[in-house]
Parts: sequence; C-alpha cells; structure tokens
Amino acid sequence: MHELALVESVMSAVKISAAENNINTVTRIGLVVGRFSNAIPESLEFAFEALKTDEAMFCNAQLFIKQTPVVCRCRQCGREFTIERDFRFVCPDCQSNDIKITGGRELYVDYYEGDED
Amino acid sequence: MVQVNLGTNILGANDLLARQNRNLFASKGVLVLNLMSSPGSGKTTILEKTLEELQGKVRLGVIEGDLYTDRDAKRIENKGAPVIQINTQGGCHLDADMVAKSYQNIDAELDVVVIENVGNLVCPAEFDLGEDLRVVVLSTTEGNDKPVKYPLAFRQAQVIIVNKMDLLPYTDFNTNRLSHDLLDLNPTAQVFFVSGRTGEGIDEWCEWLLEAVENKKAQHNDHGQE
Repeated sequence: MHELALVESVMSAVKISAAENNINTVTRIGLVVGRFSNAIPESLEFAFEALKTDEAMFCNAQLFIKQTPVVCRCRQCGREFTIERDFRFVCPDCQSNDIKITGGRELYVDYYEGDED
Repeated sequence: MVQVNLGTNILGANDLLARQNRNLFASKGVLVLNLMSSPGSGKTTILEKTLEELQGKVRLGVIEGDLYTDRDAKRIENKGAPVIQINTQGGCHLDADMVAKSYQNIDAELDVVVIENVGNLVCPAEFDLGEDLRVVVLSTTEGNDKPVKYPLAFRQAQVIIVNKMDLLPYTDFNTNRLSHDLLDLNPTAQVFFVSGRTGEGIDEWCEWLLEAVENKKAQHNDHGQE
C-alpha cells in the first residue's frame, strides 16, 4: 500500500529532471526494484496508472520494472549466492548463517524516456 | 525521443530526513526505538507495561502512529508519559518527516523515545525513521510463520518480542520452531518472550532496554556532545 507514496516520489523525481532537460512528454519510466524491498511491482503499476492521469506529461507513459535478485555473501567462506523466494540466509556451501546481504534492497528510477518540445 | 539515465533512489528523500533525525537523536543522547508489528499483536500493551516497569528509572516518551484515532495515545498518557499523536489518515506507515515534526513537539527531556508505528509489517519496514533499534512484536496467536512471511521486517530487527505467552497453551505456536526459523533469518536478534497481560518477561526486556539507554548515553558522552 505504500507503493502510492513511492510512485509519487518517482513522478516528482522525473518531473524535476524532465524540466531540466526540456522534456514535455514522458513515454517510459524504468524502475529497478530489488526482491528484498517490500514494493510489489503490480502495486507500483497500479498506483502509477491511477496517478498518471492527473499529470498531462505522464498521461501516455508506461512503467517498466526490472526486479533484481537478493544477493548474499557468506562472511565465513566468502561464497556469493542469490535467494529467489525462500528467505533463509544460509550459505549453500558451508551452512553458515553469518550472511551479509549485498543486493536486493534496490529501489530506484533507472531511466526515463520522453519527447522534447 | 530522449532517454535520460537517472539513478534516483525512490526513498532518497526519506533516507535523507532519517539521517538528519539520527544525527539529532545522537546529539541529544536519546535512544530511539521503532516499534513495529501487525495489528493487534500488543504493541501498546507492552508499552504500558514497560512504562510501569521503568517508572522513575528512565524518562520515556512516545510518538504514537495510528490511522485515525488517539486511543493508543490516551492509554500512554494515562501512564504519565509524554506522547505525541500522528494520525496518518489511512496511510500505512510512518515516515522520517512525520517523526521529525513530532519530535520537535515533545516538550520534555527524554532518555528514550519509542515510535509506535502503524500496525503493519510490510510498509513500515521500508521506511527508515532514524531510529537506533527496530523492535518487532509477534504474538503467539498469530502463528509461527510470521517471520518467514515478512522476512524484511524480521531480518532488520535488532529486537524481537514474542507476546501473549500466557495464551501459548491454547495455540499451535511452537517456540522451538520460531528459534529455528530465526537462526536462518536473523541469528543476531535479541528475542524476549513476554505477556503484556500478565507482565511475564517484561522485566527482562526492560533490563535490556535500560542497558541500551546507558550505552547510548555513554556514546554521547564519549563524543563530548551537548
């Protein structure tokens, strides 16, 4: 449900940058969302569809979301591994639970595309 | 068509304010807790019991997040603690800006501030408030699978309080199973087993909290800050 607040901040970041680059119409916004963030892609899309009609520059824009895996590194043996679904932070090699999460919390606007005046 | 690479962190604005909060709390030497759980797990009752236990030992204030009501804030006020209410008007989480504004309105010298977040284990986990410690409450009536279902909230917690231990015999909750799950999810978390209703285990939690308050004060004094 906090996706509404997230999409608002996406739109405001793009709006500021678009003004700096003389872009009037945004056609595409690319987001990167880590699998260990609590933002759900479907909810982000839903929120964007609901909010975009309020702003002329976003009316025809589409959201493209790239999900990134949860990347972990074992502090004991150094093994790197990824987690897809089952969030158990255990090294597949040495079974240690001393794990550092190095990726998967990403939540950022990667790029946007638009048309100039 | 023009493509602009942005790389803007979507939570950047919140993270910046959270850092400012953290610096402010550090300069005051005040320990700040972000208390999270699903609705009805007993956050406010644990807070009430904590206030009773720590009366006269520590100055504790509360920032109370709630969708629409001030019911929880009234309960805290009845225990004699300074409390600031935030109504999110349906918003599912507190953010760093709300906390910054509420903290300004606390008119008392404090050792600890507890931020009672909106009852929800999904959205609040994403928003840094500038707290020192994240405390997640889970109750025996909710079942064993909460940590596995809400891994982000439980992974980030420094403290996990298992509440409603008085009801344990009437549930299928298995404390061994919980410990086993937490070993894989968050092996370094401090776990306390309590009953907000009977007060069982509250003393142990409060002892730990007092030590955390002392540590924060010591850090503050080491840095020679005012």
